[in-house]
Amino acid sequence: MPGVALLVFREVLEAALIVSIVCAATRGVRLRGLYVLGGIGLGLAGALLVALGAGFIAGLASGSGQELLNAGVLLAAVAMIGWHVVWMSRHARELAQHMSAVGQAVKAGSSSLTLLLAVIALAVLREGSEVVLFLYSMAMGGISAGGLIGGIALGVGGGVALGFALYFGLLRIPLKHFFGATNVMLVLLAAGLASTAARFLLQANRLPALGEQLWNTSWLLSNGSLAGKTLGILIGYDASPAGIQLVFYAVTLLLLIGGMRLAARPAAARREAPAAAIPQS
Amino acid sequence: MNRLALAAVLLLWSFAARATDVPEFHLAIQDHAYQPAELKVPAGTKVKLVIENRDASPEEFESTEFNREKIVLPNSTITVYVGPLKPGSYRFFGDFHQDTAQGRLIVE
Ligand SMILES: [Cu+2]
Repeated sequence: MPGVALLVFREVLEAALIVSIVCAATRGVRLRGLYVLGGIGLGLAGALLVALGAGFIAGLASGSGQELLNAGVLLAAVAMIGWHVVWMSRHARELAQHMSAVGQAVKAGSSSLTLLLAVIALAVLREGSEVVLFLYSMAMGGISAGGLIGGIALGVGGGVALGFALYFGLLRIPLKHFFGATNVMLVLLAAGLASTAARFLLQANRLPALGEQLWNTSWLLSNGSLAGKTLGILIGYDASPAGIQLVFYAVTLLLLIGGMRLAARPAAARREAPAAAIPQS
Repeated sequence: MNRLALAAVLLLWSFAARATDVPEFHLAIQDHAYQPAELKVPAGTKVKLVIENRDASPEEFESTEFNREKIVLPNSTITVYVGPLKPGSYRFFGDFHQDTAQGRLIVE
């Protein structure tokens, strides 16, 4: 049972951290709870499907199906987070003017809510499919039903509790800085996910490494430790990254920050800039 | 932009083509243990690990020291590209049976 609890906890925590950041970022949006629950539900259903189809997926792309699916799921989440943060900064001015009312402030965010639902679903799908296969493996090994259920309860309970702790911690940020802070967290989260996607593509030999293990800080904080995994999700920490992972990380950061800056410019300036770029023909 | 995309495609293509000359090493998983438990691979070159799961339950080949993870379904085989690594000893394990599935990659 301790083994079951530990693995389930680790995977649930990874998903729960992403869900709580997304939840915080959509603070005050109407029907948010429904969207979040919907996303988790969709993710669980997807996880079951992925686990059931694991054999089929494994055979795709001459044996690299698993890596390509993982990378695809991660990059899709990156794109959706990117779209959301850029969209949010486009409306930052209006948000700032109505900052007194949280509801007003984030009503604007509701149209990008569907995307964040997808981010939640993708996070749950990825971690969930691993849990499903693990539990299947444990069940095959003849673990007692009590051990299995106890382990799942402990693992899920622990992971969800830490997710809630992060969420309530974020809510303590003063409203004035709140969306700035959650946007920064979303951007770092996206960059980390992009870096992990690069690692999967590297593992499938689809990308050049550009230097494997550029440095190694495992002695300080290993990827396998709880703190290492948590930082891995929150800021994309990797104890011994490959060069290509840094490239993906940096490109994501630059694209999202650049996109946010561009979107945050006053509407008039925004209208002029693209018009000038269009050739008069 | 188009030129960039073309360059990216060519780069990917060249790496796909080179994949064939990567030296191959074999590992098996049996009774939730790795065989051999110590695998020697050359330093400074990319290697292809071929891992066969002979058990009736799924396993996850994982290493936090050389950064790889991949599910191995029952009675099936996966490939994982690793390295180039510096000389040393790198731990890997079976994430689903950590008490027994432990191994090391000896890079020299
Ligand atoms: Cu995971």
